[in-house]
Amino acid sequence: MEKEKLVLVGNGMAGMRTIEELLKLEPDLYDITVFGAEPHPNYNRILLSPVLSGEKTIDEIMLNTRAWYDERGITLHTGDPVVDIDRKRRLVKSEQGLEVPYDRLILATGSYPFMIPVPGAELPGVMGYRDIADVDTMIATAREHERAVVIGGGLLGLEAAYGLQQQGMDVTVVHLLDSLMERQLDKPAAALLKASLESRGLRFLMEVQTAAILGSEGGAGRVERVRFKDGTEVPADLVVMAVGIRPNVELAKRAGLHCERGIVVDDTLLTYDPRIYAIGECVQHRGQCYGLVAPLFEQAKVCANHLAKLGYGRYEGSVTSTKLKVTGVDLFSAGNYLGGEDCEEILFQDPGAGVYKKLVIQDNKLTGAVLYGDTVDGAWFFQLMREGTDISGIREDLLFGQAHLGDAGHGGQTQAAAMSDDMQVCDCNGVCKGEIVRAITSKGLFTLDDVKAHTKASASCGSCTGLVEQILANTLGSDYSAPEAKPLCKCTDYTHDQVRAAIRDQHLTSIGQVFEALEWRQPDGCHVCRPALNYYLISTWPNETSDDGQSRFINERAHANIQKDGTYSVIPRIFGGETSPAQLRAIAAAAEKYDVRTVKITGGQRIDLLGLTKEQLPHIWKDLTDAGFVSGHAYGKALRTVKTCVGSEWCRFGVQNSTQMGIDLEELTWGSWTPHKFKMAVSGCPRNCAEATIKDFGVVAIESGWELHVGGNGGVKVRATDVLCRVETPEQVKEYCGAFMQVYREEARYLERTAPWVERVGIAYVRKRVVEDEVGRKALYKRFLESQKLAQVDPWKERAAGAEAHEFTPLKQANG
Amino acid sequence: MSAVMAEQTWVEVGPIDSIPRLGARVLKRDGGDIAVFRNAEDEIFALLNRCPHKGGPLSEGIVYGRTVACPLHNLCMDLATGQAKAPDEGCATVFPVRIDGERVLVSLEQAAT
Repeated sequence: MEKEKLVLVGNGMAGMRTIEELLKLEPDLYDITVFGAEPHPNYNRILLSPVLSGEKTIDEIMLNTRAWYDERGITLHTGDPVVDIDRKRRLVKSEQGLEVPYDRLILATGSYPFMIPVPGAELPGVMGYRDIADVDTMIATAREHERAVVIGGGLLGLEAAYGLQQQGMDVTVVHLLDSLMERQLDKPAAALLKASLESRGLRFLMEVQTAAILGSEGGAGRVERVRFKDGTEVPADLVVMAVGIRPNVELAKRAGLHCERGIVVDDTLLTYDPRIYAIGECVQHRGQCYGLVAPLFEQAKVCANHLAKLGYGRYEGSVTSTKLKVTGVDLFSAGNYLGGEDCEEILFQDPGAGVYKKLVIQDNKLTGAVLYGDTVDGAWFFQLMREGTDISGIREDLLFGQAHLGDAGHGGQTQAAAMSDDMQVCDCNGVCKGEIVRAITSKGLFTLDDVKAHTKASASCGSCTGLVEQILANTLGSDYSAPEAKPLCKCTDYTHDQVRAAIRDQHLTSIGQVFEALEWRQPDGCHVCRPALNYYLISTWPNETSDDGQSRFINERAHANIQKDGTYSVIPRIFGGETSPAQLRAIAAAAEKYDVRTVKITGGQRIDLLGLTKEQLPHIWKDLTDAGFVSGHAYGKALRTVKTCVGSEWCRFGVQNSTQMGIDLEELTWGSWTPHKFKMAVSGCPRNCAEATIKDFGVVAIESGWELHVGGNGGVKVRATDVLCRVETPEQVKEYCGAFMQVYREEARYLERTAPWVERVGIAYVRKRVVEDEVGRKALYKRFLESQKLAQVDPWKERAAGAEAHEFTPLKQANG
Repeated sequence: MSAVMAEQTWVEVGPIDSIPRLGARVLKRDGGDIAVFRNAEDEIFALLNRCPHKGGPLSEGIVYGRTVACPLHNLCMDLATGQAKAPDEGCATVFPVRIDGERVLVSLEQAAT
């Protein structure tokens, strides 16, 4: 069957990003033809300014070579703009007379610089700043002429001014308003920026309006001066207009497509012609036109989703952030940076050090930020904004950045910008900063997932994820768009929360039903989504779903912990950590009988038997279950152990019976599956010998009862618990514990521990659900007990009795 | 490979249903066990049961499409070619497989690469 024909008009970043996203989803669906007006293959327009300033070369900013197009069978016509669309016959006509038919058409015609209509605007030496040709012209001009005037003190104007100055020109920036970059900066930050640029030799004329541009030879030759409304003049051999961009809609208009400022599109990037999509700077979406790259990438993803006939992507507008690419000036701005009614502002100002920070907060959420002089936390603030994180708990330290939360990664290293190239970022996989930067620039990586796949950085424990995101942000500048909500895996565009909501709302009870209802891209998913879906199903519908063993990691399928040599370790449950000579004898006997190579006391007060083969597992389990043990679930995303101290039974300081409380909690909760591992501890007095304040659920005995703690963990990022509340009786401890576990089970994302979950939703929310809402708490506890009825079946006993025998026996022994 | 040699090296490992769908079982062998996989379409594949990365037992990994994810560090291996999926690198030894009715046969001679 002949493939459908897809034509892309505009070989720029937005259009080609759409093609790349489409090829990821459906590599073979279309016959693709691309038209570009410029003579080059696709390049990174954002990096033109570093080319102008001489910090990068043209070759360094190329994104896709001609070979790239060839390898994918894409026909590329460069230097040949499309001049007409015949919508009736469904074909495009190019300047050189090519006629190419289409079934689907993407318009990505971008924008052009707005030229102020003053007398002399058409003189030689007056130009806009948009493409490689403009950069070439500016560099050539700088060799022969001295004086440049840049009209416009916005982002693009300042980058052009800085670049021209680096090329040796004497540069004056002319701005209509009294403050630079007024669309990104408030006045104090703009004043700091202006002072810094002035100290580098740029000159500024503020609040002046251009009246005319005058040429030599009586006005018709090359530009000579710029005259302002007040009659003053400045000499100029080159005038760069950078006062804004206008969506390039001529072609669309000629074709009769509905245009306002831009080509009007809906949430699927479709124009008024159902065969024609439009994307990038040329479009107008919900009244907005965008001139930054991050929104274009989001649009590209949605457009590709529809071109691939998946049909569920929606573009709903973007929050944007800006970084100025002027070497030595650190500046970051995002969101509602001006504030306003109902907003609060947090400010830090140190003019001597050249640092200014402003955060705008509304309803306990960060909605805007301006950073000058110290921008290392820009990416983090942007992420908080986009995720709508409740910041009430970290408000006091917010302005000082992630490093001050005591939670910013491993080894105290938190500032990616300050790291040298040979410093290690990922301590698990041994990846240095230089390797990550090289991979980002040489392989054209844009997302955290790309970096993970290519370098393995942050692909193991994840504690360096923040650092890697910072490196991405610093390397890409404003190309970087922190994902707002990450898709569950590559098989879908839905997030964890959306998938879970669908399972609940549509009453889906098997992985197959989820795949069908949510149109999964891979018929049987992948190793990332299947364990997550299995968890969501069994935690949402415990009575109606059957656990899918083949979608569990080996540890949870074999109910033992796989070791690096392929053997397993076995940890029998010892409730509350209180054992007996008879139990110890049984463990010792089993260890000897099966030649256990190492016997180790674990951090959770249990006994680990290491070095067992898979075939031995059902046998040692039989011996252990016969002696009364059940599985310790030391391998699972499940309740692990309840660590205790001896408490008031023995300890001279103990005020409550912590050991018994621990045993009771472990008997209540063992066997329960949770989004990630779940650890508890009970201490018998505030000296807290059981270290309850770094557990998912910690209990500390006090004279009048018990203090309950949640959301702590040791591990790569130590986090101390938040206090939940105080209660009086052991029965209450159990009820609050069960209710807390149940909210966590129902609402946290798979593989999200309580610490990041509590930080994400806020301790206030957890208190509201578990402490303040008594009816809600009791309902949660009831649901917890209900699902425990089915969960507390010992997996070892079942398998020792013959269940899943194929898991533990080889097919056969072959000779040779 | 000659017909005579082929006769000698094929080993019957059992009926197809002895291997769980989207799972694997192990064929024990001196000189390295072989993992025999079955996917959702009931295709059968056989790889040396050693991940080229750090020697993980591939038979214990999660199977999807024509891929298995190593249980130790999630390297994703193509079941048909033994190649790690880009950008990962490495290659596991592939063994030819034949399905004769319900019977699954694996050749102990590794496939020519």
